[in-house]
Amino acid sequence: MSTREWLLSEQPASRRQARLGQGYRTWLAFRGNWLAMVGLGIVLALIVIAALADVLAPYNPVTGGDLNTQRLLPPLSPGHLLGTDDLARDILSRLIHGTRLTLMVVALVALIATPIGLLVGTTAGYFGGWVDTVLMRLTDIVLAFPRLILALAFVAALGPGIENAIIAIAITSWPPYARLARAETLTIRNSDFIAATRLQGASSLRIIWKHIVPLCMSSVIIRVTLDMAGIILTAAGVGFLGLGAQPPQPEWGAMIAGGRRFLLDQWWVATMPGLAIFVVSLGFNLLGDGLRDVLDPKGRK
Amino acid sequence: MFDTANRKTLIEVKGLKMYFPITSGLLRRRIGDVKAVDNVSFTVREGETLGLVGESGCGKSTCGRAILRLYEPTAGSVMIDGQNILSMPSDRLRKMRPKMQMVFQDPQASLNPRMTVAAIIGEPLDEHTRMSGAEKLTRIYELMDQVGLNRDFANRYPHEFSGGQRQRIGIARALALNPKFIVCDEPIAALDVSIQAQVVNLLEELQDSLGLTYLFISHDLSMVRHIADRVAVMYLGQIAELAPREVLYAEPLHPYTQALLSAVPEPDPETEATRQRIILKGDVPSPANPPKGCNFSTRCPRVMDTCRVHEPAFREVAPDRFVACHLYNDGLPPRPAAAKPAPTKAPAARRKPAANRTTRKTTPGKTRKPTQQGE
Repeated sequence: MSTREWLLSEQPASRRQARLGQGYRTWLAFRGNWLAMVGLGIVLALIVIAALADVLAPYNPVTGGDLNTQRLLPPLSPGHLLGTDDLARDILSRLIHGTRLTLMVVALVALIATPIGLLVGTTAGYFGGWVDTVLMRLTDIVLAFPRLILALAFVAALGPGIENAIIAIAITSWPPYARLARAETLTIRNSDFIAATRLQGASSLRIIWKHIVPLCMSSVIIRVTLDMAGIILTAAGVGFLGLGAQPPQPEWGAMIAGGRRFLLDQWWVATMPGLAIFVVSLGFNLLGDGLRDVLDPKGRK
Repeated sequence: MFDTANRKTLIEVKGLKMYFPITSGLLRRRIGDVKAVDNVSFTVREGETLGLVGESGCGKSTCGRAILRLYEPTAGSVMIDGQNILSMPSDRLRKMRPKMQMVFQDPQASLNPRMTVAAIIGEPLDEHTRMSGAEKLTRIYELMDQVGLNRDFANRYPHEFSGGQRQRIGIARALALNPKFIVCDEPIAALDVSIQAQVVNLLEELQDSLGLTYLFISHDLSMVRHIADRVAVMYLGQIAELAPREVLYAEPLHPYTQALLSAVPEPDPETEATRQRIILKGDVPSPANPPKGCNFSTRCPRVMDTCRVHEPAFREVAPDRFVACHLYNDGLPPRPAAAKPAPTKAPAARRKPAANRTTRKTTPGKTRKPTQQGE
């Protein structure tokens, strides 16, 4: 029996096989969507580049070359594919090393904000009453501020730096997940299988953890993936305003800020990191759309 | 019908009320109640099936759920084995949970779509026992055999099954902890007619082999006639009449029961032609604002003045026959002797009348053996 047959078996012999088979079927559906595959390709490329940054980058991202001869070289100059910036640093190398920062921001924000959002949303939705009122009004308050402004306020309070930028972005990005999780919970909590679990004597904690969270998970994952573009942009915005990554860290937003002064004459200094942000954001958006198509049962025909 | 009158009482419901508040305005002021279940009392004896019938929205399902304390009832008591589960603290209630389970109406909605069959059936075991993985699997297989599910399906997901098979999964889950009492909340209403008989027969077999007690909620009068030993008829949150099956179907006392039973079509064209339908006028009043006096007084063809003022008491007018109607304030009116069949027959003959009647019924109980698959 081939692996494929084993995965697609109608009579799985174990729970693990059933789960893997389910996953494989999802993958088959996902694979049919070529735009989503492009998105997945971009995201995977980002991860690979970040992992192999030291090998791939031709120059050191922090120390520049000769300031007399190598400043602001245009793209396709010999040895500098994407040109150099005002401190004679190779832009390609900085972009490659910048993937690490971008990936770190995205991953950490997702890891911090998703559990907060899930916890707040499912608790509010499941218990209802005043718990719901308090938690959701709190969510509304956070949502009432423009995200970038609130993140700036937090960074300003915590002090500039990439770690603080991550914390600030995470604090400002959980409310949409809480709302989503609450809306899902409201539809799930009155269903008969929750009644059946309550009849077995299961505690609220167990019901939320074992039934509600797994069922909210897919829509939250989709939302997080779609939000990653926004997270990258917010991180870039915070970096651009000088409150995120500090020089000489090769953060893309900060690179755009550095290139701003030469925008008219040496356009590539700001454009190259801008293109990188654009491509990666697009990749996450395409991936998120593709995931929604396969994971969200409501969209399925 | 076997003589359930001598059996021990397992469930005793007294004065059960389930009101859902209606609130309005900014401050959520309580402006009224939806009286979904209003002062309902009945008993269920060990090993019997009590049918609970009534039209949509009369509070049957709410009653069933309130008995199991899925809702917090407004008032009343439910004694199971002599313990009042409505006043019980939650930790003791949790220990009582295995005794009482429920089979739900919509088999699709009652199974978590992300769990495999084995996980669904095994969940109550996780909750209440400390079985090892292998013991649990043995028990899961045993339950699947009991409800006629192929063991090979243990690791499939609910969406891969047909409606009847899903209902079997729900039944297996309810059986996992060896309950005494099962509330069947319209377990067949969402199923194909051909599958209904299979599921009902499965429930009957399980009752015989495991000694279960059922509260069978349904709006299908012929199915209730097939499975129930005693039948309670609900109207607008209250029980109108409660009597042994044979008596109730042969001689309904309450005008509502009479109207309800007259609506059942007869498969025999000759009797169908002579069937007298009692057609009720008007709509069911809102349970938020029930009429004064008898709930049925607005539509009753035999309404009297007293009905509009005084609420009739629900009382025993003949042995084991309860009715809430002013027509029987002085007991049963004298009737021709034939009208009242003897309520006692040999205990073993319980299935017999059901089998004899299959030719007359719309829902036959022919296939006793549940098929393994392919529903």
